[in-house]
Amino acid sequence: MDDSGDFTGPARAHAAILLLSVLVVATCGLIYELLAGTLASYLLGDSVTQFSTVIGSYLFAMGVGSFLSRYVRRDEIGVFIRVEIMIAAIGGWSAAGLFLAFPLAADFRVLLYAIVLVIGALVGLEIPLLIRILRSRFAFRDLVSNVLTYDYVGALIASLAFPLVLVPQLGMIRTGLVFGLANVAVAVALLFVLRGTRRVAGDMTVALMVACSLIAGLFMAERIQRFSEIAYYGEGVIHARSTPYQRIVLTRRGEDLRLYLNGNLQFSSRDEYRYHEALVWPVLGRVANPARVLILGGGDGLAAREVLRDGRVRSIHLVDLDPEMTRMFRETPQLAALNRGSLLNPRLSVENADAFRWVRAARGTYDAILIDFPDPTEYSLGKLYTVSFYAQVARLLAPDGVMVVQSTSPLVAPRSFWTVAQTLEAAGLQTRGYHTYVPSFGEWGFTLAARTPPTGPAHLPAGLRYLNAVSEPLMFDFPPDMARRPTPVNRLDNQALVRSFAEEWSHYEG
Amino acid sequence: MRAEVRRRDLLAGALACGMLSGCGRAQAAPFPGALLGPDLARGHAIRDGKLPGPTGPEERIPLVIAGGGIAGLAAGWRLAEAGFTDFALFELEDVAGGNARAGANSVTAYPWGAHYLPIPNREARALIHMLRGFGMITGTDAQGAPAYDPFQLCADLEERLLWRGKWQEGLVPTTGLSPQDAAQWRRFDAAMEVFRKAVGRDGRPAFASPSALSSRDETYAELDRISFAAWLAQEGYTAAALLAHLRYSTRDDYGSEPGAISAWAGIHYFAGRRGWAADGAGESELTWPEGNARLARLMAGRIGARLRPRHSVTHVARDGDDVLVDVFDHQAGAARRIRAGAVVLAMPDFVARHVAPAFAGASRFSYAPWVVANVAVSRMPWGPGAGLAWDNVSSTSASLGYVVANHQTSSAGDGPGVLTWYQALSDADPVAARKGLLERGLGEWQREIAADLLAMNPELDGRIERIDVWRWGHAMVRPTVGFRSDPARLAAQAMNGPVFRAHSDLSGLSLFEEAHYHGVLAAERALAHLGRGGESLL
Repeated sequence: MDDSGDFTGPARAHAAILLLSVLVVATCGLIYELLAGTLASYLLGDSVTQFSTVIGSYLFAMGVGSFLSRYVRRDEIGVFIRVEIMIAAIGGWSAAGLFLAFPLAADFRVLLYAIVLVIGALVGLEIPLLIRILRSRFAFRDLVSNVLTYDYVGALIASLAFPLVLVPQLGMIRTGLVFGLANVAVAVALLFVLRGTRRVAGDMTVALMVACSLIAGLFMAERIQRFSEIAYYGEGVIHARSTPYQRIVLTRRGEDLRLYLNGNLQFSSRDEYRYHEALVWPVLGRVANPARVLILGGGDGLAAREVLRDGRVRSIHLVDLDPEMTRMFRETPQLAALNRGSLLNPRLSVENADAFRWVRAARGTYDAILIDFPDPTEYSLGKLYTVSFYAQVARLLAPDGVMVVQSTSPLVAPRSFWTVAQTLEAAGLQTRGYHTYVPSFGEWGFTLAARTPPTGPAHLPAGLRYLNAVSEPLMFDFPPDMARRPTPVNRLDNQALVRSFAEEWSHYEG
Repeated sequence: MRAEVRRRDLLAGALACGMLSGCGRAQAAPFPGALLGPDLARGHAIRDGKLPGPTGPEERIPLVIAGGGIAGLAAGWRLAEAGFTDFALFELEDVAGGNARAGANSVTAYPWGAHYLPIPNREARALIHMLRGFGMITGTDAQGAPAYDPFQLCADLEERLLWRGKWQEGLVPTTGLSPQDAAQWRRFDAAMEVFRKAVGRDGRPAFASPSALSSRDETYAELDRISFAAWLAQEGYTAAALLAHLRYSTRDDYGSEPGAISAWAGIHYFAGRRGWAADGAGESELTWPEGNARLARLMAGRIGARLRPRHSVTHVARDGDDVLVDVFDHQAGAARRIRAGAVVLAMPDFVARHVAPAFAGASRFSYAPWVVANVAVSRMPWGPGAGLAWDNVSSTSASLGYVVANHQTSSAGDGPGVLTWYQALSDADPVAARKGLLERGLGEWQREIAADLLAMNPELDGRIERIDVWRWGHAMVRPTVGFRSDPARLAAQAMNGPVFRAHSDLSGLSLFEEAHYHGVLAAERALAHLGRGGESLL
């Protein structure tokens, strides 16, 4: 058997290409290892364990590959080319595949280590095969020196480029795809050189198909990223769904259940009681007889859960835009457990409608109105914070009724927070701001509004986890960094709030 | 039904179309939808004199309004406001409103043409009176300025422009202009501000709205004698971005290129608006999901059963002191003759010259063709930069962009909606453009519209559910050079009975305020002619 029979062309070019291949395959091999380790610690947490086990498995699999190389008895260069094509396909798509599979796979770890072992084994085949292919070109002493030199140089390039350039510039999905292209480029280059000496058409076709898929992947990387919520949430996604109105994502890490709407955190089950007690009780505690309650927004049923604790409440009308949201929180057992089945309570009626339109058509009055909309991140939502909207809501408020408005963070966005009060006042109401600390949100603010100043103590029920007669009044105190400041009135035709909100939050988030 | 047509299908379709020339008409439409427009059969039957003549006895109606576009409806509204009930308004189409008609789906109503009314100037007295009656003006501030119902004013964000790959607020680019270009832009704005405030020696505003109240001063009349493009060149405006913006503006309001309209009309677009409103709302617009069809419907409501749709006025001629009006009833399939004491001829000149040759057609008005499409989407578009606005325009598109029909009524950032897409076919001669407009099929229009929308908002890929296309052969009269001083037009305005013309054609500006003014004026003159004159609302 004479493998050097493959080298009938210009031998120097072959040797150069093969040595360059060593550099490329060494770089690629380490990149896949780093990608798997980073992804594992990113997705599963506990980076020391993940890196250690991924690297260990990968090196072990390389050993397996080296061992298996002995069973390659003929056509080493042909096998090497096919190994390159396989690594390109599997390694190149590994990051994208793991991202996409994460929310779907029953046991993500099995998939992760399967991919690590396969790539490791294939990479383990590369160097032994290359040494055997090159053995007739160099003296053994030079051969070992050359191959290992390029191998370690490649490792250095990979380990520096990965954290400094690749992840920040390309992201993990594109990094995988780009190095997949490098592997397939080695295969294509060798096939091109060998085209006169053997049949290459079949392998060339497969290699080019793999290359095309990787290039297509580069263009689709954004979309893949979007599909893989985990890249964004970094937590266990247990439910993700797009409705006509929003993207609803539920995550769970340990006991912490979180809801995101369009990427914005709505609650964490660990501390939502702080938010919802603060939203509900300062209002209900100041209404003599809150028989009729209106909730605008709040499709998660958590505010309703609080309201239902009050035996004086005879009916709650909940108006939320998205039928899917109220359906999820009514029918999914772990979500219904969180709101204690509030959305199934006979005292509560749900109406799925756009509150902006609903308030203009609504009739009747309510003793307490709770407004719990998402923050005014865009112009459409900003309409729900305007003087025109509040004037319509005020029409629905009983003469001695009290309402509350979720009003973003007075610490991060004090101008936005006080704009809500200013706007409620322009609609003819008296206001009182207050705030509390919700760990998953930070310092959060609310605004009470009524026809007469909503002062005086609140009558709180027993058994609240957060509010009592001591802590409730403290919420109304604003230190100087959150103190009231002059603000414009938010109107439909100026959307002052959306603008100040965007400015203050971007400033805060840098 | 939901059509999942994706971008690649469109591209494939476009490629195939390029290879097989003239395939547009034969190819199936890529989306559900319909090709709509004015009733051409009824219109052409008048033109070709194909409708049968009147039978039976003459009917006597003291005052007839011929045509139920905005001018005719405004005339009818004015008569109702005067307590005058002895009139009939005949409209050829099934629904009155002219350019201000609308459609609706399960999500929202949407306009088929005019979609907003700028806050009227102080001089638009009759219009302000009407808006107050319709509850759109809810009060008055300390200075006497009208306070408008905020729900009917355009909500922020009003406009955004796709400029260099990113959406930005407003229609004027704020980035990437050279200092020279930015300086030209400032100079143009300053010049327009001077015109906006200018008052002629006759004490009238240089550029009024309604335009009939503008100064007759020679300084401004001169501007009617050169084209807007020539005036811009003469004044040294050369910055490409500025000229592109001005071209967008003249196409948007007049359906015409800057070279095809007079400098007076071009400047009027920028200098004619001095909206008079409380709370600093003077620069805002009144708008509704169905556009100006809201105003048309409210005016029609005042006219009540005296409004007779599906009736073509086929002939108007003088008979002694009376006017004989032949009317064909499309439902009954029969015509009758009406003897009227006065007629308000509220139809565009291209129709009036066939119906009432003694009273119209002395001058050949030219009309710009338009295409308006309503595109139902399952989710709203967004894009990099500024969020979705009411009016969304791309600096690289040949179209005039799209207006979000449910902008006023929805607070859902996503969710389904309707985008009203506008295109003025201004780059060819109107006659040729009109021919091309009618030759192209639904599929061809849908592909062009979808491709244009996807170029602006690629995220709409797969979210377009339906595209209905309305073809306006004669959408707007064109304010060509010399239109202000055209003797035939002046004669049409000066008519003293018993036939009174009322149409925005008389202004040369196809705007609601103009049609309303001429409708009210004709109605008041007709009332005076019948001896029923009173105080003018104008």
